[in-house]
Amino acid sequence: MKKALVSIAFGLTASLLATGASAQATLNSVKQKGFLTCGSNTGLAGFGLPDAQGNWTGLDVDLCRAIAAAIFDDPTKVRYIPLAAKDRFTALQSGEVDVLSRNSTMTMSRDTQLGLDFPAINYFDGQGFMVRKKLGVSSAKELNGASICTQQGTTTELNLADYFRANNMKYEVVAFATSDETFKAYDAGRCDAFTTDASGLYSERLRASAPDDHVVLPEIISKEPLGPAVRHGDSQWGDIVRWTHMAMLNAEELGVTKANVDQMKTSDNPEIKRLLGTEGKFGEAIGLTNDWAVRIIKHVGNYGEVFEKNVGEGSKLKIKRGQNALWTKGGLQYGIPVR
Amino acid sequence: MQTVVSQTSPPKKSFLYDPKVRGIFYQVLLIAIVGYLFYMAATNAAENLQRAKIASGFGFLNNTAGFDISQALIPFSAAGSTYGDAFVVGLLNTLIVSAIGIFFTTILGFIIGIARLSKNWMVAKVAMIYVETLRNIPLLVQLLFWYIAVLGPLPQPRNSLEMGAGFFLNSRGLFMARPIFAPDAWMLPAVLLIGLVGAFLYRRWAKTQQERTGRQSPVGLVTLGLVLGLPILTWIVLALVGANPISFEVPRKGTFNLTGGMQILPEFVALLLGLTTYTAAFIAEVVRAGILAVSKGQTEAAGSLGLKPGQTLRLVVIPQAMRVIIPPLTSQYLNLTKNSSLAVAIGYPDLVQVFMGTVLNQTGQAIEVVVITMGVYLTISLVTSALMNIYNRRVAIVER
Repeated sequence: MKKALVSIAFGLTASLLATGASAQATLNSVKQKGFLTCGSNTGLAGFGLPDAQGNWTGLDVDLCRAIAAAIFDDPTKVRYIPLAAKDRFTALQSGEVDVLSRNSTMTMSRDTQLGLDFPAINYFDGQGFMVRKKLGVSSAKELNGASICTQQGTTTELNLADYFRANNMKYEVVAFATSDETFKAYDAGRCDAFTTDASGLYSERLRASAPDDHVVLPEIISKEPLGPAVRHGDSQWGDIVRWTHMAMLNAEELGVTKANVDQMKTSDNPEIKRLLGTEGKFGEAIGLTNDWAVRIIKHVGNYGEVFEKNVGEGSKLKIKRGQNALWTKGGLQYGIPVR
Repeated sequence: MQTVVSQTSPPKKSFLYDPKVRGIFYQVLLIAIVGYLFYMAATNAAENLQRAKIASGFGFLNNTAGFDISQALIPFSAAGSTYGDAFVVGLLNTLIVSAIGIFFTTILGFIIGIARLSKNWMVAKVAMIYVETLRNIPLLVQLLFWYIAVLGPLPQPRNSLEMGAGFFLNSRGLFMARPIFAPDAWMLPAVLLIGLVGAFLYRRWAKTQQERTGRQSPVGLVTLGLVLGLPILTWIVLALVGANPISFEVPRKGTFNLTGGMQILPEFVALLLGLTTYTAAFIAEVVRAGILAVSKGQTEAAGSLGLKPGQTLRLVVIPQAMRVIIPPLTSQYLNLTKNSSLAVAIGYPDLVQVFMGTVLNQTGQAIEVVVITMGVYLTISLVTSALMNIYNRRVAIVER
């Protein structure tokens, strides 16, 4: 009994100490482990989904692969930890994952009260609704009195309440712990409508028993800037995640692709020279090697390539670039200059 | 005269070797170490939370929740309610499903436990198959079975099953008429109370009558008439004079679903069914063990006194079996209450789902939320346990 008590107490203390220690020098611990632990979605086609062989693909997953490529020159050195929405921030806070890349919305309270930082936005999204075609509903404004399935612990759950309150409509919310349970309940007819970020709607629709029976309503009811999150207090690690995303954006803007990155090293364009590390010591400044961006682009590709492959025309989702086009093409993705 | 004073006082022992002192010393030492470790853990956690800029404290309970809950027994809205209200909603949902579950599982468990001992081969085997099947399949699997396989395929709201008497069944749950009470409705509970008092008095009179003369009175029939018949008669009379005390709002078809009336969520039904049938299998075994613990001589003695088998069970066997049944029955009640937290898998808004799910995630205050939740389950369990202990003391054998 005595022994048990003492060991429990020690375990408790140790676990709390561990939380503290991991808040610093994430880069060193990642290098020491030899791999990156990436908090990923439990399964969202186009963003983070394992295939039958257990290989993960998706836009969010590719960000983790890019970070691993920048550190290890090997995009496979990532261990994915699938997390439900309600567990994700706790997993990051407690040090279970090094970076959380699973379509999480950046909000002020998450940024300031949860002990997190959102170094980049890799997908600009907004919340929408999906309903069955045979209901004959063509607008979210017609959803008065509907049952709506949503995933708990999300901004979606809050926006939903706001939207129905603002439009003076009634609804019944049915909240589930995971996206899988939520969508299954909708597909089985428990709810009239299913709500999540628009990208998620298109992705989840692929899983429906009859995808063509469902229609996404035109209203977008919220702003959902989705991006990777890291623990607050380790700014070096935050920088690595931010500049990994920025490198991919700048590469697209400068026309550096997976295929031509080696030729581009000889380019005379000073912007390309700085990005690819042939001029300046930008990589060393964030604790990496100077060819960090070359590694990212060679192994994973630029942002445009990654987007097209996972969610764009080259994928089943066929999502248009829209807000996620480069700023030069009317979108919101803006690569901060490397200089 | 010489007096010899014998020196029989014990030899002086070292303070260090006194077993009593040593015992106390070690216990104090242990408490100090454990206390220190907990203190360390608490201050360390607080420090780390502050360093990681994670909000702490219990102030979040007063913040506006901003989300909705499908089943709330108190008024709850995203606009005005706080995280504290969400906690209460979750707690009440846990308590109601546990209380109703305990009620039904007790009845079902007793029936099956007694059936397992039936002399009828068929009845005994069916009861055995029930027990062995249900207690050997994980509860979570059973909950998903009820929710997905049994309640899932129910028709969509537009094709609701009409079950008569204002009851409708569809994939959104069970709908029933909501009673609306007219001003005269106070008469009904008043008449019910009169009936109850009357029945009580009649029972007392019947008992003294039987003790004095040996004549039995139709107690059951009269009680039924007074408790049920009197209010129904009042209702009919009131309705006839045109002052119907209760009218019903029957659910009507709306755009998406039935509107009006009362609704019982399928999540609630699935959880209740799962908990009730699963726990009943364990209670059946507890009841069987309790009955078998009563010696055969008791049954034989009752038989030789001329009691019928039903009377033997009710008056002789069960009262003696209760003292064996109560302690393990208590732990089954506690299991049911704690198992209700599996609601999280089927979307029933119980304490764990609402508080440790949504509230924890929206506020990010994991430590506070987990501590509160643990405290609540501990309290519920200790209270249940205390009540059952009081009951146990009443049925326990009185040593003379």
